[in-house]
Amino acid sequence: MAQGKFCNREKVDTLEQLQALLNDKGGGQYYKEMQDLDVDTDLLWATLQKTLKEKSRIKAWLEICAHCGMCSDSCFLYLANNKDPEQVPSYKIQSTLGQLYKRKGKVDNAFMQMCMDTAWSKCTCCNRCGMYCPFGIDMGIMFSYLRGLCFQQGFVPWEMKIGSGMHRVFRAQMDVTTEDWVETCEWMAEEYEEDWPGLKIPIEKVGADIMYTVNAREPKHYPEDLAEAAILFHLAGEDWTVPEEGWEETSLAMFAGDWEACKMQVQSVYDAMERLKPKRMVVTECGHAYRATVIEGPYWCGLKTGQPPVESLHYVEWVAEVLRNGKLKIDPAKKIKEPVTLQDSCNYIRNAGLAEYTREIMSYIAEDFREMSPNKDHNFCCGGGGGFNGIGRYRKQRNAGLKVKRDQILQTGAKLVIAPCHNCWDAIRDLEEVFEVGIRWSFLKPLLVEMVEVPEHLKPQEEEV
Amino acid sequence: MYELVTGPLAWLAFGIFFIGVTVRAVLYIRGLDWQMDRVAYKPHRIHGLKGAVNSIVSWLIPYGTRSWRFYPFFTLMVFVFHIGLLFTPIFLEGHNILLKERFGFSLWSISQPTADVLTIGMMTAAFFILLRRYALPEVRILTTWYDYTVLAIAVAPFLTGFLAAHQIGNYQFWLITHILAGEIMLIAIPFTKLSHFILFFLSRAQLGMDYGIKRGGMKRKRGMAW
Repeated sequence: MAQGKFCNREKVDTLEQLQALLNDKGGGQYYKEMQDLDVDTDLLWATLQKTLKEKSRIKAWLEICAHCGMCSDSCFLYLANNKDPEQVPSYKIQSTLGQLYKRKGKVDNAFMQMCMDTAWSKCTCCNRCGMYCPFGIDMGIMFSYLRGLCFQQGFVPWEMKIGSGMHRVFRAQMDVTTEDWVETCEWMAEEYEEDWPGLKIPIEKVGADIMYTVNAREPKHYPEDLAEAAILFHLAGEDWTVPEEGWEETSLAMFAGDWEACKMQVQSVYDAMERLKPKRMVVTECGHAYRATVIEGPYWCGLKTGQPPVESLHYVEWVAEVLRNGKLKIDPAKKIKEPVTLQDSCNYIRNAGLAEYTREIMSYIAEDFREMSPNKDHNFCCGGGGGFNGIGRYRKQRNAGLKVKRDQILQTGAKLVIAPCHNCWDAIRDLEEVFEVGIRWSFLKPLLVEMVEVPEHLKPQEEEV
Repeated sequence: MYELVTGPLAWLAFGIFFIGVTVRAVLYIRGLDWQMDRVAYKPHRIHGLKGAVNSIVSWLIPYGTRSWRFYPFFTLMVFVFHIGLLFTPIFLEGHNILLKERFGFSLWSISQPTADVLTIGMMTAAFFILLRRYALPEVRILTTWYDYTVLAIAVAPFLTGFLAAHQIGNYQFWLITHILAGEIMLIAIPFTKLSHFILFFLSRAQLGMDYGIKRGGMKRKRGMAW
């Protein structure tokens, strides 16, 4: 029994380690090494004592669970897997964390692998079960906690280890350096300036009204998203900026249970806030990014108010605001005419209370908006949250879980799904790929750019001619 | 025997119950940790209080939450069970006569037929709850001997009390057994899952504060729709 070269308890803190891990394609060797990874039972028990035994919340949850099973139907994975009893949330947490605690951390490799598989492939930490338990037992929170224990022991899916390593090395979920980021901003501003006279992406401006932050996927793979954000800020006449560093909101570290890296990542954003002193921060259309940086981040960084250093808005809050105050106006002729539905992201709807903001947006942009059922705070996870989308080892389980969202969408009769969240967007794209039900999906930005009225002086030059 | 179970043993049982429940409550509250739980309890007391009250009240109302409505029959059983469990012993005429004799005061009491209805209702509900544990795979997988024991501890005082009150069989035997069973339940409350007698309120309050303070409480126009 030992520590592997890739699969071990070490954190990925250098580019070399990260590169080596990436070179192990698909984690072949990584998972092979996991078979021999030893469990540091003393460390496990010490951690459990400090964070569970001496605290009351999770301890009480584990103790008082009445085994009533009322959480079962709340779980989309239970529903998607033909009501498999082993998918009952209470069972999943009692048989993993519950046993870990009962056995005082004296568990073996196979048990830890089972914990890992359960924590990452049978729960997306959507927190829906907590709403259906009479005692308010939130199994999503406990699974997130369990992920932390697994991570500490090195029992973590390959992609998650890489993800947390990315945050440690790049302060971003992908290998996007400060130079890459700045260049992408400049490139996008140049690229679109001709169509949108005066368009700028102001970098590192002190004292702006809005500091805009993104998901690293945007500069890396979808730079036009950044351009669209710029166009909408530009049209709304906002005084905005992006930080040179601390621009990344996401946190694969949160999905991985790497709390140390969570803090590092979020701190980089808070440092940007301190440096640039914006009035407010706006986060792109990403659910977990907002959850990590705005909702959970203050606690990781020890901010006793539980609030980030400056007021922070999810993109949907900003959009609702500018549509409400008329800074952006929708051209009535361009409103969405076809039936359209909306995906509620668990991370900023159930877990941050923004359901009414997205409805407000829909009232401005859609003529035939159709709610999914259930919706708002009671929505089902898209099927890809909590890192589920990105883990090769669990692709089959992820695909099976997409059924619930598929059926919800089909029931609305809408062919267009607005998904203002990267994970939801991916899951819905993948469910179309897997099930071919003939739906389309979109973020808000591209739709808005097509729909907003452009003031005369800001009109694209081609149209002026 | 009667003197023993209604004297020293009764004092012991009530002592353990009251002290135990208080200790559980104090330990729970002291064991909350704003950074571990990631809920800023102190700086946002009002939001926390609102969330906690909403969280508790919604769940105390029969069919007051989506989850209660989702399982209509089970919910009925849960409420019948708990109402019988809590109301019968406190407002039973016999218990209040004892209270008057021993301490010189008594509470408002319910009639014998009312007590019978509550007791039979409670026991019937317990039967269906038990049946449900066998019948539903999603509940069966969760069930252990512990769950049966706890249910037995809760039902025993009612069954024995009912038999004693209606003088079915040996009155003296059932009376003593009833008192003992009641004492066992009181003692079991702080030490077993029955601690949800108090922890239900605290755990509900905690999640209510979590949602009221951190997870959207300041953004939702109305409180969380449980």
